[in-house]
Amino acid sequence: MDSASAAASALETDTRREAIRVEDLHKSFGNLEVLKGVDLTAQQGDVVAIIGGSGSGKSTMLRCINFLETPSSGKIVIGGEEVAMRGDGSPANQKQIERIRTKLAMVFQQFNLWTHRTLIENVIEVPVHVLKVPKAQAIERARELLDRVGLGGKEDTYPAYLSGGQQQRAAIARALAVDPSAMLFDEPTSALDPELVGEVLTVIRDLAAEGRTMLLVTHEMKFAREVANHVVYLYQGRIEEQGPPAEVFGNPQSERLKQFLSSVA
Amino acid sequence: MTGLFELLGLGASAELLSLSGWGGNLLRGLANSLQIAFGAFGLGLVIGLFGAYGKLYGGKVTRDLLAIYTTVIRAVPELVLILILYYVGSDIINKISEGLGGGRVEINGVAAGIWVLGVVQGAYATEVLRGAIKAVPVGQIEAAKSYGMPAFMIMRRVTIPAMMSFAVPGLANLWLIATKDTALLAVVGFNELTLETRQAASSTRAYFTFFLAAGFLYLMVTLCSGAVFARIEKWARRGQPSLKGGTR
Repeated sequence: MDSASAAASALETDTRREAIRVEDLHKSFGNLEVLKGVDLTAQQGDVVAIIGGSGSGKSTMLRCINFLETPSSGKIVIGGEEVAMRGDGSPANQKQIERIRTKLAMVFQQFNLWTHRTLIENVIEVPVHVLKVPKAQAIERARELLDRVGLGGKEDTYPAYLSGGQQQRAAIARALAVDPSAMLFDEPTSALDPELVGEVLTVIRDLAAEGRTMLLVTHEMKFAREVANHVVYLYQGRIEEQGPPAEVFGNPQSERLKQFLSSVA
Repeated sequence: MTGLFELLGLGASAELLSLSGWGGNLLRGLANSLQIAFGAFGLGLVIGLFGAYGKLYGGKVTRDLLAIYTTVIRAVPELVLILILYYVGSDIINKISEGLGGGRVEINGVAAGIWVLGVVQGAYATEVLRGAIKAVPVGQIEAAKSYGMPAFMIMRRVTIPAMMSFAVPGLANLWLIATKDTALLAVVGFNELTLETRQAASSTRAYFTFFLAAGFLYLMVTLCSGAVFARIEKWARRGQPSLKGGTR
């Protein structure tokens, strides 16, 4: 690295801006309050791992950020822009939320590739139809991305003919194709056979290494410790403990986190 | 050739069915029937798509109105519905025409047939499509939402293509029902295949010949439709492994 680019990257660190901010997020399903006031900030380039037991609200929190779930109350700010909410928490401006969603690429536990489209059609779908990228350009980029996740040559295959690991890698290519400012991973390896987990984690690890902003809900503690620079432990809808991975995993403070870590180890 | 027909005693039938004779009338009747079946099936699909979306996502009033529509249409025998809709429809048009100072209007048979059968088909299509939309895995739609697709684009690019494989068998049924329901329009004097057949048969007293010929034509329609729908279903199921196993 020469001195100019070193200076540039130092400058970048100085002007790092927040990518995602969540303030006092509440979410109830009927009488059941799943999130009881969560605050979370991710700066650009942060990899935030969200861990917690089943029912702790970690997936719900992630899904509230792009309004796949309607928050009950709270504030969501994406790239400095606050999402306008109605009294009931639903997005007040449909156009705004659609625009913000295109910047947040989500990777689902069940992959959710469109089954009636081939891999390349899946990857170009959003660029071509939502972002209005010229088709030829989108296809070229999609080929690169599929190559990158190790699916070169599978462009014209339908998702049902692929393994779970391949489908999830294709879903990651689809997410990258929108050039997201942040990526939301909702338990990306939980539906995979154990021997397929590694190939997906490798792809995610590479993305973290190139400085992509991501929120990662995961059960893979070793992986979270390795790739995340911030770990959040949710317990019954509240953040029980958070901090750098070395602290959270190496020196947990709360009794519940200690218990949780020993139960998943 | 003629000798062979004579030998089998079919010479008279062949002559009766010749295209310049009553056979031509039968084919014209078939063309009319198909025209109405196409139109009614298409109208039914449009009504069905709106109906299904209304039932799934509409407000309370919309859902109640649609429930009344599908219940009433599916409860009343189609012959009765055709009589009601045909006479009510032409009556309303005439009332409007007279109200506007015009005279009585000659109702176009094809348009009337399409309207009447289309309304009937729409009720069944609503339920077929509603079921198909509900069968689409919710994750497919969530993925579209999460990437910022607007609602109409989700419907066009994700929901409708994904539901097609669930809808096609039901829609194929509806199409075949539409082709045969055109025969019911004979009661309102529309010149479709069945009425043409009856007229030909009673004029010539060759009942057996003409009704057999009409049955054959209906059968041909069904066989061709079957082939077409098999192709459509294959296309709609693209990307889904065959239930029998094997390769793509």
